[in-house]
Amino acid sequence: MSWILPPSASTFASDIDFLYYVILWITGIAFVIVEVGLVVFIVKYRARPGRKAEYIQGSTKAEVIWTAIPAVTVVVIGLMSGGVWNDVKGRNSVPAGAIPYGVHAQQFEWQISYRGPDGQLGTGDDFTVRNQLHIPVNQPVVMRLTAEDVIHSLFIPAFRVKQDAMPGMTIDVWFEATQVGEFEIACAELCGIGHTTMGATVTVHTADDYQRWLADRVAAADR
Amino acid sequence: MATTALPLEKTTHATHEMSFVRKYIFSTDHKIIGIQFLLMSFVFLLFGGLMAMMMRWQLGFPDQPLPAGQLLPETMAPGGFLLPEFYNSLVTMHGTIMVFFAIMPLLVGVFGNFLIPLKIGAPDMAFPRLNMASFWIALTAGILIMAGFFVEGGAAGAGWTSYAPLSASPEWTGVVGGQQLWLVSLAVVGLASILGATNYITTVVNLRAPGMTWFRLPLSIWALFVTAILVLLAIPILSGAAIMLFFDQTIGTHFFDPTDGGQPLMWQHLFWYFGHPEVYILILPAMGFVSDIIANASRKPVFGYHSMVYALISIAFLGWIVWGHHMFMSGMNPTLGMAFMMSTMIIAVPSAIKVFNWMGTMWRGNIMFHVPMLHSVAFVSMFVIGGLSGVFMASPPVDIYFHDTYFIVAHLHYVLFGGSLFAIFGAVTFWYPKMFGKLMNPLLGKIHFWLTFVFYNLTFFPMHNLGVGGHMRRIYDPSQYEFLQPLAPLNTFITVSALLLFAAQIPFAVNFIMSWFNGEEAGENPWNDNGLEWIVPSPAPHGNFAEVPIVYRGPYEFSSPLVEEDFLPQTRKLDSDTEPAAASAAE
Repeated sequence: MSWILPPSASTFASDIDFLYYVILWITGIAFVIVEVGLVVFIVKYRARPGRKAEYIQGSTKAEVIWTAIPAVTVVVIGLMSGGVWNDVKGRNSVPAGAIPYGVHAQQFEWQISYRGPDGQLGTGDDFTVRNQLHIPVNQPVVMRLTAEDVIHSLFIPAFRVKQDAMPGMTIDVWFEATQVGEFEIACAELCGIGHTTMGATVTVHTADDYQRWLADRVAAADR
Repeated sequence: MATTALPLEKTTHATHEMSFVRKYIFSTDHKIIGIQFLLMSFVFLLFGGLMAMMMRWQLGFPDQPLPAGQLLPETMAPGGFLLPEFYNSLVTMHGTIMVFFAIMPLLVGVFGNFLIPLKIGAPDMAFPRLNMASFWIALTAGILIMAGFFVEGGAAGAGWTSYAPLSASPEWTGVVGGQQLWLVSLAVVGLASILGATNYITTVVNLRAPGMTWFRLPLSIWALFVTAILVLLAIPILSGAAIMLFFDQTIGTHFFDPTDGGQPLMWQHLFWYFGHPEVYILILPAMGFVSDIIANASRKPVFGYHSMVYALISIAFLGWIVWGHHMFMSGMNPTLGMAFMMSTMIIAVPSAIKVFNWMGTMWRGNIMFHVPMLHSVAFVSMFVIGGLSGVFMASPPVDIYFHDTYFIVAHLHYVLFGGSLFAIFGAVTFWYPKMFGKLMNPLLGKIHFWLTFVFYNLTFFPMHNLGVGGHMRRIYDPSQYEFLQPLAPLNTFITVSALLLFAAQIPFAVNFIMSWFNGEEAGENPWNDNGLEWIVPSPAPHGNFAEVPIVYRGPYEFSSPLVEEDFLPQTRKLDSDTEPAAASAAE
């Protein structure tokens, strides 16, 4: 029963996690105030013989206070969220020079395309690997996310990445991994009978390892 | 406008004899129709609950066959082990049944029918025959949707949100007729809702008793009135979308099919443009009932009655401009996402106003803990959790992580079970005497309340933690993912709690049935309440009021300094009261 988010491994994950903890604290405090208040009222104002409730219709002052405080709080949360949202998903958020990959979702697998020797995605020398994304560490990457049949959702929990793959649309999803290792990809949108099996792996390499892996694959594709 | 009451068949109602069939089956009496909706909804609540139990079994004990699962056919659970396609049907049907055939008819069908005429001082609904039609149409729709389990390919399996293109073609879902039955059923039940809503709105506007001004209406009636407006405006959107999707499935249109110029996102916009007001349809009446009950039990006027009304109206209005928060991850323009974020954040404000006013109502009260009050306090404390957890998803960056995880499942159940269903249990217990003339057994009521409260929280609270761990919703087998494996014990714990929560409903069922036969006689006004329904005998007679009641004040004059007792009925004339204009004009 943990309220701590699992370890993260991407650049913007800490911003998202920070917002989560801010909201956790604010809602946690509001939760305690309201629930403790309820319990206190239940005990203190329980019916006792010979007592009569006080005839009170309301209080404008109280209404103003408990309208204003939540209003200010949610607007502040909104403004903080807006900044992070813009950095992560905004229209112009994809960093220049991010390495492009094609991620094509279909029942029930992820087809991941890599640039071939010409350095361009979407040309004849691209190669495609099923359910395996290999990327370099500390380097922005961008997934050109498409879907073959129905809606799927690219979910990489460790990177705090989620984006629906929508048939008929190409959606850019960028991130930058900060740790070398293997991480899981899941499908987060109900996509049919095999939805539960639609997992994949991201392997984050050091820059050198990545170049070696890429060279091996290109060589394999040539053969 | 002036309030008027029609002297509708005042004398004939009580005297003419009706056959059993006209009186209890094809009845036009709003109270009988309310009770019919009540029985129907409880049956569907049971179905929906059983479906949840099967899903929980799969998630908690994936290696063991479902108890009595051998009774299910091979196409659902061979050897007692659920098939993934059957699991998808359960996910879909549990959500659909609970929303459209349990919670919504319980709140709107049952109490809209039963309470509105009684509480505003009318002999019946404005359109009693439409009302009867509404029930029978709703029941037909319920039978249609359940029929999905008996057709080839099984019941609908694209989720209760039925996202296209998955829902648009058997090629993708593996479901054939079930998906179409689902759409037809929703269009049909939509018709029932539209008829009902028209009726409620007309009745509240036109049939209020003399002196029953807008600001003397109980909050339950305000809530049902505002809800009826939402129903009337929202349901046609769903019906339209359902018909379009039905055409995509059957006659080869491509509204939602991108390969032929359609747009899958359009389904989501249409669905959630209906769907978010629907969320408030499922909670506003509950807020109204709870307001009535908390004032009654605290023996105090509702704190800030006017701001309660304005908060209701603002929630209903804001409910129309927040639908995009369901679509932050859908590929919708992220700038639009920001606008939906702000409107969603703002809707927290009227919700907070309501919570604080309920607490204000209890403050300095003399609180009786009758069973309806226990459920109402639970409603407030659980709704707070559901409201606060909503802030996480309202923040789009945080929603990146939480979208489509169990965090959402926890959130929506805190609102719909912790909120709406607790309010329904409270309201059923509160108005049972007026429906059946008997009180429900308070001891069984308390046992049911405490078991439900404890196991409810043990079931749904840990789902937040599943969500924090990244656990996706609607997955059949979480063990497929390494990062979800540490959560398996929590899943088992939740399943055990859910089974106990289901069992905890037995005392309620026993109480509901036994009290009907053996309950203590209730008398006219067992809760010492002020509302108009409590001045007529229990059960309320056909035609409701022997003469048109005249209203002198609002419904919450508890502990008024003007009288000795701690309640002051709306119809009691004090020396200082003057006749309402409409009543004197009518004489």
